Amino acid sequence: MQSLRNYLDRIKPNFQKGGRFEHLESVFDGFETFLYTPRTAAARIGAQIHDALDSKRIMIIVVLALMPCLLFGMYNTGYQNALAAGVQPDAIAFWPTFLYGLLAVLPRIIVAYAVGLGIEFAVAQMRHEEIQEGFLVTGILIPLICPIETPLWMLAVATAFSVIFVKEVFGGTGYNVFNVALVTRAFLFFAYPAQMSGDKVFVASQKIFGLGYDLPNGFTGATPLGQIATFAGDKLEVLNLQDRAISTWDAFLGLIPGSMGETSTLCVLIGAVLLLATGIASWRIIVSVVAGGLVMGAIAHALPTATYPASFLTPLDQLLYGGFAFAAVFMATDPVTAARTGTGKYVYGFIVGAVAILIRVYNNGYPEGAMLAVLLGNALAPLIDWCVVQANVSRRMARMKKRVNP
Amino acid sequence: MRTKYRVSKGLNLRLSGAAPLDPSDIATESRCSSCAITPDDFPGFEPKAAVKEGDLVGAGAPLLFHKADPEVKLTAPCGGRVSAVVRGERRKIVRVVVEPAEGTEAVTFATPDKDASAEEIASLMKTSGLWAMMRRRPFDTIPLAGDEPRDIFVNAMDTAPLATDPTAAGGFDKRQLETAVAALRKLTKGNVYICVAEGANFVDVAGARMCEFTRLHPAGLVGTQIDAIAPINKGETVWTLNLDTLVRLGRLLVTGKLDNKVVCTVCGPALKTPRVVRAFIGEDVRDLLAAEKEIPANVRIISGNVLTGVQVGEDGYLRYPYTQLTVIAESNDDAEFMGWASMSPSKLSVSSAFPSSYNKREFRPDARLNGGRRAMIMSEVYDKLIPIDIMPEFLIKAILARDIDRMEALGIYEVAPEDFALAEFADPSKLELQRIVREGLDFMRKETQG
Repeated sequence: MQSLRNYLDRIKPNFQKGGRFEHLESVFDGFETFLYTPRTAAARIGAQIHDALDSKRIMIIVVLALMPCLLFGMYNTGYQNALAAGVQPDAIAFWPTFLYGLLAVLPRIIVAYAVGLGIEFAVAQMRHEEIQEGFLVTGILIPLICPIETPLWMLAVATAFSVIFVKEVFGGTGYNVFNVALVTRAFLFFAYPAQMSGDKVFVASQKIFGLGYDLPNGFTGATPLGQIATFAGDKLEVLNLQDRAISTWDAFLGLIPGSMGETSTLCVLIGAVLLLATGIASWRIIVSVVAGGLVMGAIAHALPTATYPASFLTPLDQLLYGGFAFAAVFMATDPVTAARTGTGKYVYGFIVGAVAILIRVYNNGYPEGAMLAVLLGNALAPLIDWCVVQANVSRRMARMKKRVNP
Repeated sequence: MRTKYRVSKGLNLRLSGAAPLDPSDIATESRCSSCAITPDDFPGFEPKAAVKEGDLVGAGAPLLFHKADPEVKLTAPCGGRVSAVVRGERRKIVRVVVEPAEGTEAVTFATPDKDASAEEIASLMKTSGLWAMMRRRPFDTIPLAGDEPRDIFVNAMDTAPLATDPTAAGGFDKRQLETAVAALRKLTKGNVYICVAEGANFVDVAGARMCEFTRLHPAGLVGTQIDAIAPINKGETVWTLNLDTLVRLGRLLVTGKLDNKVVCTVCGPALKTPRVVRAFIGEDVRDLLAAEKEIPANVRIISGNVLTGVQVGEDGYLRYPYTQLTVIAESNDDAEFMGWASMSPSKLSVSSAFPSSYNKREFRPDARLNGGRRAMIMSEVYDKLIPIDIMPEFLIKAILARDIDRMEALGIYEVAPEDFALAEFADPSKLELQRIVREGLDFMRKETQG
């Protein structure tokens, strides 16, 4: 490894001010600090040692926690494609199915990273700053929460919009008000409603390099929540692509249609264990989102009505279907856009969980409410924090008054 | 009778290189090749030189006086010749160096009697240099002439990494301590509190309220103690001093002589023979490291501890108010490949994202930042390490925004930079919290005191 270090030291002057590639200074610095711990030492006055944790490790841990969802999502993409083509579940072979999913998903990851990191690199260079790591996570979240059939150009436009207008104009990583990945999804949802909602986008429909199956034109495969939203009748039954009933267990494992990374509650749980064990995600938020979802789900389930078919779902089903679990673990916990005070996190989480189910059940226009609930939570987080901080301020103010007039 | 206080937030870092306390080391007089007074160590003190290079001064004679209140002096720790008055930008005095020389005599101060007025005591403290060794809050500066402190807090404990408890060396003269406390009580309408560590072997001093704290850092910081005992409100002033200053005041009042010695802990993972030694205030670092046969290359010599301190270098001096010299490696590994991915249990971290919590051995951290500076990303990092009842993250943001009303509301008057030291160590965004707080305090001082 020393030879690489020496090589970097040798070419470094080219990237510094006055060098041939000075316009790539931030990019070089980004790669150098990624490969080698920076040599920057503590200031002369102040703390002389620093914790080993830095934002690179934080972001990479989140990416690692997303890996089970990503890998499972790849397999499930192939699996749903095969199911839709009429292949019996027993006859679906693992590797070709996984490979198909990998090939279907990879372009999305590449597009998201290329567009997002491209903008980050350019902005960092414009500001003469270090490249910040936030997009490492965002870039993997975007393909995970978007339907598999989203056209790549739409994905590129939406990613560019979010990175520029949700993050960079506010100052970059750490300053954004809304979760960048979720705004990407919301942008797609509202800018291209005809293409992005309904039944057409959640199942991959074409052969890739001879793998997978071409589905007939006009094929529709509704997600469980999509079916529930349009359900009429009084005995709710959710069906898979071969018109068999989906059990609670299927929904937990995740072999159902949906946005790639969100279907498997099991994989989300594996990610949650990693995030909680390393202390990167706040357990307060996760617990209170789940509590909010259960409470709202129980209220809805206690008053079932055919007008709002999602009210037939049990609270447990509410947690397993759609993007709820994924939002609770990976979206609501984004430390920058969530509430930052301890008490505020409980309130914030509960609002996110309750509103997610509220939208899902009582607004048939939006079969999934988790995305909008987290964005609403992001908007409310500063207010929640303000109230918590103000409680501290008032307590100290009261202490002062007590001393002045005892 | 001691009132007990439990501090539950905080962290004791386990570092290698602790110095054993050996009575024979403390009994040995230091070599004292030179001593220096650095006016920057006394925030709020605007230095004017009272001596020129080449002057002979006795121990306790004034070297510098305060422009705003010329009675306030900084005095010579040892008798000798003024070898340098070092000036920096715009001729600001950086330090005054005194080298021991023959033919000087320590200053004897006229001691006021038992019935001395507050003015007489304040005047003695000002001219002897003890006044400038106290701090006031708000703003963490030396006390102002017109201050009417609500209470006075004497900090007789130190929980910083590798620090020696100030009471550990023992040998305190109870009568002198009581004289000192009686004098301090004339300066305040409130109480004089003495804060000691749990189980510390220290006498109960009549006239003072004795308080006992758990040994969890930062319980040894006076800011933590004030918040637990009687927090500072807007409009109130408190004074703080450490045990050394109380002892010095007692001896000065009883004998008329100034005690210029400190018990200095020379420690750190980069040293072979960490020791606790006797030294002068502001003594040359080379004297303190005399026992060390060879000082390794690429080390950082810190006057203070690893959380709050000043990098001084081998040609530097022990800085006030520190009684500790810590030596750590500047960098343990200059070409550490993908350090962020390391699973090494020897990486020191507060977070459970590193396996360090399973490591029961002592850590040998270096001076690297271990990452790049970022905006605040993780929340609640500071809250877990700052026991004072404030919202640290929001206070830092208010300071950065120079929002005066918000800073006031969020408690800037209660804090000093050192209260943020542990949080600065743990911050994954690597923000310089102590510098930010110091700049915020200076800004507020200018805004409110004109």
